[in-house]
Amino acid sequence: MLEIKNLHARIAEDGTEIIRGLNLTVKAGEVAAIMGPNGSGKSTLSYILSGREDYEVTEGDILYNGESILELDASERAAKGIFLAFQYPVEIPGVATMQFLKVAMNEQRKYRGEDELTTPEFMRRVKEAAAELKIAPEMLRRPLNVGFSGGEKKRAEILQMALLEPKLCVLDETDSGLDIDALKIVADGVNALRSPDRAVVVITHYQRLLNYIVPDTVHVLYKGQVIKSGDKTLAHELEANGYAEIIEAAA
Amino acid sequence: MNMQQAIKMTAAETALVDAYTAQIGDLPGDGAVLSLRDTLVHELKTSGLPTRRVEAWHYTDLRTLLRAVPAADPTAFAERVDPLVPGSSVLSVRNGQADIKNVPEQLTVRSYTESLLDGSAAAGLSVLGADDAIGRINGGLVRGGLEIAVAAGVEIEAPVEIQVVQSHGQAHTRFPVSFGAGAKATVIERHLSTNAEQSFVSSVSDVTLAEGADVIWIILQQQGPADTHLGQIRFDLGKDAKLHLFVINAGGKLVRQELHGRATGEGADLTLRGINLLGGESHTDLTFTLSHDVPHTTSSEIIRNVVFDRAKGVFQGKILVAQDAQKTDAKMSCNTLLLSDDADFSAKPELEIFADDVQCGHGATVIDIDHTQLFYLLARGIPENKARAMLVNAFVAEIVEELEDDEDLVESLESVISAWLEKHA
Repeated sequence: MLEIKNLHARIAEDGTEIIRGLNLTVKAGEVAAIMGPNGSGKSTLSYILSGREDYEVTEGDILYNGESILELDASERAAKGIFLAFQYPVEIPGVATMQFLKVAMNEQRKYRGEDELTTPEFMRRVKEAAAELKIAPEMLRRPLNVGFSGGEKKRAEILQMALLEPKLCVLDETDSGLDIDALKIVADGVNALRSPDRAVVVITHYQRLLNYIVPDTVHVLYKGQVIKSGDKTLAHELEANGYAEIIEAAA
Repeated sequence: MNMQQAIKMTAAETALVDAYTAQIGDLPGDGAVLSLRDTLVHELKTSGLPTRRVEAWHYTDLRTLLRAVPAADPTAFAERVDPLVPGSSVLSVRNGQADIKNVPEQLTVRSYTESLLDGSAAAGLSVLGADDAIGRINGGLVRGGLEIAVAAGVEIEAPVEIQVVQSHGQAHTRFPVSFGAGAKATVIERHLSTNAEQSFVSSVSDVTLAEGADVIWIILQQQGPADTHLGQIRFDLGKDAKLHLFVINAGGKLVRQELHGRATGEGADLTLRGINLLGGESHTDLTFTLSHDVPHTTSSEIIRNVVFDRAKGVFQGKILVAQDAQKTDAKMSCNTLLLSDDADFSAKPELEIFADDVQCGHGATVIDIDHTQLFYLLARGIPENKARAMLVNAFVAEIVEELEDDEDLVESLESVISAWLEKHA
């Protein structure tokens, strides 16, 4: 589903290279964890996958279902099924949460040539998904992410993910700022979306989240490269021994 | 230098003076009113329209900008339109003539023409100062309007819409409105044009809030693309009076809306919110002065501007705090979203403080669309043009939402804004 080949990318503004020859393959149905120390390029990778214009790809390619997505803008990638759950969901005062959800769902449908949802159908879907994630209706009446607690913001991200039904989900540090109860709710939400035709990339600093979202593969990112790949035991190893050993071995 | 000889009248000045001369004997008024009109028009003739050399008009050189004034057409006809908020009581003034049918029971309404004829209007016709060009033009030429009183203790549920509709030509209207102690109401002063023909409109509202009155006053200006709109509201806030003044400019070619208020009773509070939606080649000026005359009064002002195309906008805001007006709390901000390289906005916030124990602040910013917010919307599959429109809308909708107690009003104002943005973005 996702193939990243020898990817090099830099910050557009100052030319700082962050991703330096990254290779990664994630198959449909797979949950891949990307782990790495601070500054290894984890968040940058998530932004590049979703098409943020602050970064430039200078070499290599990203294939999604066999096709390069480098020429697609962020909204096209989203409409094709790539979803980024933000580490820091953005507050937008003046945009009502429900309106945002409706526009996003219908714009994606339009892009794919599907009919727009009727209002009752939209409401039904939101109610159902919100209940699963224990999101109170009051929260949905507020402006987008405004006044949401850290946990509420993360749950709102997963709600969006559930409603938009993406094929490739990228979770950027979804566990940061969550207490254990919120973490379980979020993880349950993600696990509910696991399916043979959907891939999930979990970007995380700590192993904690991976106790709840158990990965099929684990990849260690360091200085913009994948320096080691393995199965879920690799995450436990990292938890026990830290990154230093693996970094040393790779050097 | 003798000003009287220095001025060579412009086409617009000539047209205004001619409009007066043509109506002599026909303009309503008793002796006092007529002589006041004479004085005002004489001043206009001798000193002309204000230029950039007059400080209050520095960013809106009326003499240069006002190229032409269409002649008054007494036969002009304008249809009334549906109220902004469904269920409002509508008092309409069409082409300058008030219609005082269907007056809600809780209001006392009288045609302003009557007050001109019996002379009771004379005192209110004076100008605010030498630079009060709007007061001068309006005082000279006003023919109609409404005098409205809300008695003490009366609470009016449904909004009252003062609907000032214009088709073409000229209209000069006046609205003295008084709210008795503890009165509560929402008034929508709505100016609109029914077509694209040229109009020249001046309108002055004179609003008094007695002790504890609680009023939401909306000024919604939706004139046509060729129209000149010169508006002014004067307000006086008594003890513990609360005014939420909300101005939306969403039309007109040359617009100046002035807001001049005094907080004259302790505990008085003003909330001013302004939205300027500017596009095309228009010039729009929002000028505000508030004088905190007594201690313990508060005010907060937020102006949001969205400027497209080659439009120009101006905000002048001046807060005066009198020497004994201690404990005044005033905050003013003006934020502008410039959406084209040729768009232009000038902001001039001013504080004049003579008291020493006050909390006053002001700020003016010019911003661009927030890229993080834009990316967030794009990352959810919303195409860029739509995402930008949502953010522009959000920038102004944010302050409309403060009127949350009245959902119908919020919805109506939001639909005015989104309709405007859809047409211009």
